[in-house]
Amino acid sequence: MIIVPPPFPNLTPFIPELIVLSVAMVLLLLEIWVKNRVFIAGICILTGFAVIYCLNMSIGITFNGMFINDIYSVLFKIIFMVCLILTVLISLNYIDREKPIRGEYYSLLLFATAGMMLMASAKDLMVLYLGLELMALSTYILAGIKTLNIKSNEAAIKYFMLGAFSSAFLLFGISMLYGLTATTDIYLIAERLKDTERSLPLILSMIMIVVAFSFKIAAAPFHMWSPDVYEGAPTSVTAFLSVGPKAAGFAVIGRVFYIAFEGIQPDWTTAFIIISVITMAIGNIVALAQTNIKRMLAYSSIAHAGYILIGIVTSTYESLQAVINYLMIYTFMNIGAFAIVILLDKGEEIQDYNGLSKHRPLVAAIMLLFMFSLVGIPPTAGFIAKFNLFVSAIHGGQIWLVVIAVIFSAVSAFYYLRVVMNMYMKDPLVEEHQIHLSPSLGFAIFITVVMVMVLGLFPSLII
Amino acid sequence: MVPLNWYLYLSSVIFVIGVVGFLIRRNLIIMFMSIELMLNAVNISLIAFSHYIQDLKGQIMVFFIITVAAAEAAIGLAILVALFRNKNSINTDDIAIMKG
Amino acid sequence: MTTVEYFFIYFAVSMVFLSLLIITVKNPVHSILLMLVLFFHIAGLYLFLNAEFLAAVQVILYAGAILVLFLFVIMMLNLKEELVSHRFIGEWPVGVAIGLSISLFCIFAISHFQIKYEGNMTIEIIKTLTNTKALGKILYTEFLLPFEIASIILLIAIVGAIVLAKKEQS
Repeated sequence: MIIVPPPFPNLTPFIPELIVLSVAMVLLLLEIWVKNRVFIAGICILTGFAVIYCLNMSIGITFNGMFINDIYSVLFKIIFMVCLILTVLISLNYIDREKPIRGEYYSLLLFATAGMMLMASAKDLMVLYLGLELMALSTYILAGIKTLNIKSNEAAIKYFMLGAFSSAFLLFGISMLYGLTATTDIYLIAERLKDTERSLPLILSMIMIVVAFSFKIAAAPFHMWSPDVYEGAPTSVTAFLSVGPKAAGFAVIGRVFYIAFEGIQPDWTTAFIIISVITMAIGNIVALAQTNIKRMLAYSSIAHAGYILIGIVTSTYESLQAVINYLMIYTFMNIGAFAIVILLDKGEEIQDYNGLSKHRPLVAAIMLLFMFSLVGIPPTAGFIAKFNLFVSAIHGGQIWLVVIAVIFSAVSAFYYLRVVMNMYMKDPLVEEHQIHLSPSLGFAIFITVVMVMVLGLFPSLII
Repeated sequence: MVPLNWYLYLSSVIFVIGVVGFLIRRNLIIMFMSIELMLNAVNISLIAFSHYIQDLKGQIMVFFIITVAAAEAAIGLAILVALFRNKNSINTDDIAIMKG
Repeated sequence: MTTVEYFFIYFAVSMVFLSLLIITVKNPVHSILLMLVLFFHIAGLYLFLNAEFLAAVQVILYAGAILVLFLFVIMMLNLKEELVSHRFIGEWPVGVAIGLSISLFCIFAISHFQIKYEGNMTIEIIKTLTNTKALGKILYTEFLLPFEIASIILLIAIVGAIVLAKKEQS
């Protein structure tokens, strides 16, 4: 029997992933000889820009219809690249400060980014699962990379256990879906489910997948890992985790639920409405009681996942666009806030910020900007993001959900503005607020501030 | 011929035993083994589907799940070893120093 | 009832019993050894389902590699005091109740399950090709991308194990 070799797959749509993966592997070797971290970080940043440059040229479907690079995934990949570049910028100085962090840090960041890109481009559930695991395994290692620090260990083990647990749920859902449709291709599943009537096994599969992705985006009641992980992981990793994997989770939710589960849209909409309301309630109310700023930002990111889910359940073209805009703006403001936490020598507790404006007025003003943006006060970008999302939801008919979200946004002002109040109205607890300013960190803060201001004043730039 | 549903019942019962084991045990290694139990339950149902709907994709999927499970075991146990070095325990309530 | 059905019932009952034991016994080493027996049963079940290659992989990889890794870690950690402490969390009835409700829902949903679509790899085709060859053919052609990603995942596992478990020279 003669085996005909299959044609070589068209690699053009895969070029962005190829760049990230090959750079990650080269860096793995390079770190042995090159001790200059600036050089390695520079390569990572260049990779990010190269990918953004290639994205538009590489649209298409390849690998027997397993991989798709369309406008939807391009937009998400831009978010991942912004997240990668900003994370590398804020890590550069921080890693040298936290001595036990090993050199594999940057290539793991790139591997995690490649996993997120594969998730956004998966046209087949198998690629989706493997991309998710590629991202998850790299981030477990990143969360525990300070091996001598107990908090980092604990963060890693919690993240790992609950991540693996949720993957098992995802697999159970996928196996049911495979049994019903005899395929793993998302678009073919959609086609075949159109002819099938709504059945209980389909609902079971949908619920399992909802549970799995709620874990990944840290939506309540499956959020309990995220505060501990965000507190324990190194701060630069926390900044990455609070944005990248969350955006990747939403990218996958969009693809799987809008396309594969199109036929049972009322069912998954109900599930997500419940999850969204619980998430907003728990995220915003529990955040009020936090004393550690990383935990507070963790609960705030849970709450933001709740707002974004409103856009998902509205499921119109306009709301999907608003979701992507929201994630983009959220990337800038959240990484910016974490950059300030990294900038301060002691900045993990909220009381460390007491009287910051007296010693460091500029740092306090920038933190004020990010806090305002996270609340959604004009003229910051956070306001534009929330405004767009809620308007699109009202157009889609989810008025009650928007009312609830606005109420909880008002609640959220309390804990964000408490940081501002501490900075401006309380007396400092320390003689001098030490800061570690380095060119890269300063540049990252500069970019985030400019983006938060510019997108707030000229929203037409991205909409 | 054994009906397909028997395999699916078996798979979901083992899956739920894995879930319960994960939720109630305090020992991290047993919790991790419960996750392996859940993955194996999924594998049983995938292979049963693959046989009954006469399609090999299910078996390929199992192949990848086993690969990922091996990678997961290596990383999970490495995290456990790192944790044990600092903490001398692998019980869930001994390691929890963060709360809220 | 045919012989195959008797065999299935034996496998099913012993597998459920073994998995219950795994999550309840006190000594982690015992539960790993029970898991070994369970994996051999699962491999046997795969043989019923015409998955010879995966039955072999199950024994070699799960029983041979993953469980040995578990056993190795338990030996290394030397968990003596483990045996006297409490096995279950305080709220274990809640966990059991959650499990029971999930399983009731699963079983109820599965009882409505019906096959609607079928592929074209019938048992006869697989038998003429042999299972391993049939799998290999689609693994290296149709599933090339997942295969490559899986190789990167294994690379991450190697890197991760070294990063996390290597002792720092201070």
